[in-house]
Amino acid sequence: MASRRNLPIVAMALVVIAVHLLAAAAGKPQYLTQLTMAGYYSLVIVGLTLLMGYTGQISMGHAGFFAIGGYTSGLLTTYNLYSQNGEMPVSMLRSTGLLVAGKDLYGADLLVVRPWAACVVALLVTLGIAYLVGKPVLKLRGHYLAMATLGFGTIVYKVVLGSSVLGAADGISDIPAFPLFAGLAVSGKSVLRTQNYYLAWALVLVAMLLLTNLIHSRVGRALRAIHGAEDAADAMGVDTSRYKLNMFVLSAVLAALGGVFLTHYNGGIGPSEASIMKSVRYVAIVAVGGMANLWGALIMGVLLNFLSLRGSFGSYDDAVFGLILLAIMLFAPDGLLRAELVRRLPGLRRGFGQKGAP
Amino acid sequence: MSLLEVKDLCKRFGGLQAVGNVSFAVAPGSIKALIGPNGAGKTTLFNLIFGILPPDSGQVWFDGAQTDGWKPHQVAAAGMARTFQHIRLFPKMSAWENIAVGRHVHSRAGFLSSMLGLPWTRREQRAVRDKALEIMGFLGVEDRADVEATSLAYGQQRIIELGRALACEPKLLLLDEPAAGLNMRETSEMAKLIARIRDTGITVLLVEHDMTLVMNISDEVLVLSYGEKIADDKPLAIQKHPEVIKVYLGEDDA
Repeated sequence: MASRRNLPIVAMALVVIAVHLLAAAAGKPQYLTQLTMAGYYSLVIVGLTLLMGYTGQISMGHAGFFAIGGYTSGLLTTYNLYSQNGEMPVSMLRSTGLLVAGKDLYGADLLVVRPWAACVVALLVTLGIAYLVGKPVLKLRGHYLAMATLGFGTIVYKVVLGSSVLGAADGISDIPAFPLFAGLAVSGKSVLRTQNYYLAWALVLVAMLLLTNLIHSRVGRALRAIHGAEDAADAMGVDTSRYKLNMFVLSAVLAALGGVFLTHYNGGIGPSEASIMKSVRYVAIVAVGGMANLWGALIMGVLLNFLSLRGSFGSYDDAVFGLILLAIMLFAPDGLLRAELVRRLPGLRRGFGQKGAP
Repeated sequence: MSLLEVKDLCKRFGGLQAVGNVSFAVAPGSIKALIGPNGAGKTTLFNLIFGILPPDSGQVWFDGAQTDGWKPHQVAAAGMARTFQHIRLFPKMSAWENIAVGRHVHSRAGFLSSMLGLPWTRREQRAVRDKALEIMGFLGVEDRADVEATSLAYGQQRIIELGRALACEPKLLLLDEPAAGLNMRETSEMAKLIARIRDTGITVLLVEHDMTLVMNISDEVLVLSYGEKIADDKPLAIQKHPEVIKVYLGEDDA
């Protein structure tokens, strides 16, 4: 069972390598840049798929978590503490090695938080906010939950847009690279393009491995049970509110992880990442991927985000995702890519055959 | 010692006294039936016992602990399981997976260990599947393991739901109208099955309208009318009880 489940992961690794080779052979290495970005957006999408498709809890505010991750890391790694150097909290932080000194473009002294520390803080901040938001909000169901999470998304967007410390409408720029190990850094430099492509997709690969394990576990079954019949899941001993909250927080942290890495990759982040349009886009991708279909969401997510990043939808970018959502809900509410469709056919036939018999 | 003891339980919905001062006990290893006309408060009483509704007053004692005010998942963890009047199977999950959810309180893999796919969680998974299949064997539906549960015939859906409750290995099993919607043959099979379940040592409390089933398998019968207990006795005595006859046949015929 386990090996059969890992087969798609192996296939995915091979596809990632094949795409790199094809892009290189075709002389289009710039494709890798957009695929790297699409990879980071995929982290939001696969987490949201587990929350929406498997657990049945919609979130119209996941762009907010992506932005909280990206902005927190962006702010901490650019906010200059040099003038406070020597003062108590800053000097203490400096002695722990959490800060890094440098020079900006004009030669002025810089003292900022190290990217890895900023990343950890960003994930913890997201975890805390997701917990505080999720705790009351997940008591709601259906469109009440959709509206409440929409409200959360709106707050994040407006706070980001209205805060001068976050760059207001311009966002944060000149965000430094995120050095990881042995010369590998999350950076948009073209010499690091291939490495970053593999880094992004290695992260997605690990996320897929963890999430497919989760789906096929005791926890995954409990989550699907909550989706199907919450009262019955409760009666089976599933602590439904805790499971929903854990899944909400997990998906938020995955979104924030995507936000952190993409922000360092792009060297900047703007308020559009927090917009409701982005949240709608994530929901549309989960829906078109088949709701409770992790691989479907991943494939559709890469495809649509890649096309969007290449500008294939022109100025109608958001409209395309709106149209997708509309069309999916009308014509294929179970999504386009459905593994179940094939698996269910024999089951259905047997089911019908049984109808007459007791 | 009783396995379940209900003391002076009360529940009002606005002006309606759904359950009023009901007290009774269920002895371990017995089958107790809860009967009464529609609207007598049977399902409300079930929901009070299982923690789905909080009582206005009164107490529920289960297996030595006072469980009123507990949440359903806590009651379930303490060893109570139930089925529903209207079948509540998990859609888009196979029959065995539905039953496997019933193993929740007897397994312990959490988010982190499940994501990491640690060896012990995989062993636990296999044990859960084996147990689910064993239960399907006990119920005679093992050939339905991989079929989507909600696409099964109605009678089999009832069996799967019962299997899911059995997977909890409960001390007390609450069955809310287990024979509802079943034909005569299926009903008599269900009666035999409930008796077999009792014989494995599981105590059963059931709500049922089918009097043949109730009188055949119950050790004791509790009769409710307008939220109040009017009789609590052995089936034979219940059938002769003047108050019960009045409630069931109407005042004029009594």
